[in-house]
Amino acid sequence: MKVTLSILRYDPEKDIKPVRKDYTIEAEPTDRILDCLDKVKWQHDGSLAYRRSCSHGICGSDAMMINGKNQLACQILVQDFKKKYIKIDPLPGLPIIKDLIVDMTGFFQKYDIVKPYLISKDLPPPKERLQSQEERALIDEAVNCILCGACTASCPSLWTNENYIGPAALLKAYRFIYDSRDGADNERLDIIDTQDGLWRCHTIFNCVEVCPKEINITWHLSQLKKKCALREF
Amino acid sequence: MIHKYDLVIVGAGLAGLRAAVETSKYSDVAVISKLFPTRSHSGAAQGGIAAALGNEESDKIEWHIFDTVKGSDYLGDQNAIEMMINEAPEVIYELEHMGVPFSRTKEGRIAQRKFGGHTKEVIGEDGKITRKPVLRACYSADRTGHVILHTLYEQCVKQNVRFFSEYFTLSLILQDDICRGIVAFNLLDGEIHIFHSKAVMFGTGGYGRAYKITSNAYANSGDGVAIAYRAGIPLEDMEFVQFHPTGLYPLGILVTEGARGEGGYLKNKDGERFMKNYAPTVMELAPRDMVTRSIQTEINEGRGIDGKDYVNLDLTHLGAAKLKERLPEITGFAKTYAGIDPVTQPIPILPTAHYSMGGIPTDVYGNVCKDEKGNLVKGFYAAGECACISVHGANRLGTNSLLDAVVHGRRTGKALVKYLKETDFMPLPDDTGKNDKAYFQKMYKETGTENADSIRIILKSEMTKKCGVFRNETDLKEILEIVHQLRERFKNVNLSGKGKVFNTELMEIIELGNLLEFSEVIILGALARTECRGAHWRIDHPKRDDENWLKHTFAFKTDKGTELKYRPVIITNYQPQERKY
Ligand SMILES: Cc1cc2nc3c(=O)[nH]c(=O)nc-3n(C[C@H](O)[C@H](O)[C@H](O)COP(=O)(O)OP(=O)(O)OC[C@H]3O[C@@H](n4cnc5c(N)ncnc54)[C@H](O)[C@@H]3O)c2cc1C
Ligand code: SF4
Ligand code: FES
Repeated sequence: MKVTLSILRYDPEKDIKPVRKDYTIEAEPTDRILDCLDKVKWQHDGSLAYRRSCSHGICGSDAMMINGKNQLACQILVQDFKKKYIKIDPLPGLPIIKDLIVDMTGFFQKYDIVKPYLISKDLPPPKERLQSQEERALIDEAVNCILCGACTASCPSLWTNENYIGPAALLKAYRFIYDSRDGADNERLDIIDTQDGLWRCHTIFNCVEVCPKEINITWHLSQLKKKCALREF
Repeated sequence: MIHKYDLVIVGAGLAGLRAAVETSKYSDVAVISKLFPTRSHSGAAQGGIAAALGNEESDKIEWHIFDTVKGSDYLGDQNAIEMMINEAPEVIYELEHMGVPFSRTKEGRIAQRKFGGHTKEVIGEDGKITRKPVLRACYSADRTGHVILHTLYEQCVKQNVRFFSEYFTLSLILQDDICRGIVAFNLLDGEIHIFHSKAVMFGTGGYGRAYKITSNAYANSGDGVAIAYRAGIPLEDMEFVQFHPTGLYPLGILVTEGARGEGGYLKNKDGERFMKNYAPTVMELAPRDMVTRSIQTEINEGRGIDGKDYVNLDLTHLGAAKLKERLPEITGFAKTYAGIDPVTQPIPILPTAHYSMGGIPTDVYGNVCKDEKGNLVKGFYAAGECACISVHGANRLGTNSLLDAVVHGRRTGKALVKYLKETDFMPLPDDTGKNDKAYFQKMYKETGTENADSIRIILKSEMTKKCGVFRNETDLKEILEIVHQLRERFKNVNLSGKGKVFNTELMEIIELGNLLEFSEVIILGALARTECRGAHWRIDHPKRDDENWLKHTFAFKTDKGTELKYRPVIITNYQPQERKY
């Protein structure tokens, strides 16, 4: 069947601002949007730029806005769209480098801020540390994050205030604060218990709607908010 | 631009990152990766990482060693296997201490599951020893690679490791058998950078992308292997490519072995559980290479579903609850990519190119070998899937490769710390980067006549057809000729977009050149090896031949083309036996 991709193109070496271009390709209903992008690149315009690697929703490279929703191009198929005219834009709210490739530097700087690594105050035992199944269950969802950026780029709070740490970094903070093996709750809470931290989240739920790993991000942030509120100074 | 670092690590998968954690405490290290680190394909590993911890039932290091030797169809070097398996428990505990969120047992220990080929000894009533599956694979749900990759990256952030992400490595700087750095280009602006270092380590991953049907990421184009080969380093055992039995039709996305472990059936177009004709006792739980060949035979003999190239993996009898609890990820894959619900419909599957046993030859400390005699290249190291030590021989056991990447990333890192202390920077040759710059100039200036996509399509589909699960002399000679033609055509390949910023078209062309480079080595190794061993199956030579072929292939790039030499397998305790399960 024929599918038209309407792609927001931007070449920093030529264009003053992004322009939309339509490409019509032949596709199978079961083709991923990523396959369609490949067809455009390989058959129509080799200069089309986008990121990708695993092609099945685990590496987090190819989050982009498809028909107005942030999602992974490799995790959605042609048959998932009624109209075969599909609009493709880069993730919103991040600087465009070229075509569908955005600058993720800021996104990862915010990730770095929350001390995204296990901080244990005790020396490890000779074997593994013990962790009960119940304790492990607290971080079941949080550890699934693939750092695709779809959530953070969908957050209106971030569009209006670029200093906001954003849902992905806060979720990472949760991942460690709620890990029974970690001993740096307070250090991390100090970092996120701020105007540009946790409290910029106004539970708009955009992030939850777009997360390709179906993580209930807002729930995790609300747990953090409770923890902050209960904190004794 | 010239950078100077004690050590350059190329690759940010499990092998590269584990080495970075080890070395960056003591030295000035740069990690170069064409992907942002957490995008590396290690993150796709589902099933687990093997170690005889004995958390769920009693297990022994010796059993794990034996399984690995036998699984390798006796081509694995036994000294290297022993070292790896001995270090396994320690390495897993270390990962846990770094923060890997393993699934847990009721007692709060690291949880372990069964995987193909991993066994325990059971003494029967008659006093006879039999082997039964053992709980050995440490896991985190079905996302084991993902959580280890992220944890290692986190440790690197903690240690302030310097990353050059989205830098694509083009070549090695090697003179007088001493490695002095690498040449790379920055995808962001197309600039060529020279990294001057005392040592280089490659952790560049596998080469499954030479095949059309594959579980491998776009990035698995075997760049490191091709770069080393071009620099005059031999490649070892490249003909051994593992095909996983169950890739989701038609793309080849992996459906974990766990699906059969949980009781899934394989069925042909007549609804027959055809494994009864191939492995009547173990049925669907026969070893990987055996199941793969059975499926391929059904397809080749016209018993695929609707005459197409797939058979069914039927899980419908397992029930919705079990699928949701044990196999959530692949249930999701089947829904997303095949549009079917495994609760009520069978999953269409076919064999998929999965793992590269061959690669850059190294000693047990990751130091790269210059030849089949074990002479070494100073300052050049490799670990993980791009390396061949060889611990997997002719066939890798599931969950042994994450182990390989972590163990050897770590051990190579330790060896490098020592090497860097004792070594000074060697001067860069005058012509450093000259070839790469000339190549870029040519690509940007000229208009080629050949289309990269058409070359890529032919290579990948013909490799799948003629150098895949079943091989024979006629096919191999044909595919060799095809690759020669494609290489000729590739010389005139066109770069249509001449921009500098994120020219991913140029990157893909370089990757295609790499695929063409090593595919020829796979084919030549396969053509020469007139036997069946592990993943290499020659229908015209249907037996394993220990007398002539219990040896590793070493392929050298020479002016006259590829030259093959051989090195005997290292045997310590286990004499080759027939491989029966
Ligand atoms: C779907 C799937 C499931 C698997 N499941 C399991 C499992 O359950 N258990 C198990 O033990 N094994 C499993 N494996 C195998 C295992 O995942 C891999 O062998 C292992 O992760 C390889 O790690 P690595 O560090 O060597 O390479 P990778 O993780 O592939 O990393 C390669 C790195 O090299 C970089 N790189 C490559 N070329 C260049 C270049 N030219 N310039 C710059 N950088 C470059 C990449 O950016 C990347 O960072 C699985 C494999 C697949 C495909
Ligand atoms: S939380 Fe979900 S949407 Fe956000 S970065 Fe992680 S995987 Fe992507
Ligand atoms: S390509 Fe990896 S998530 Fe889409």
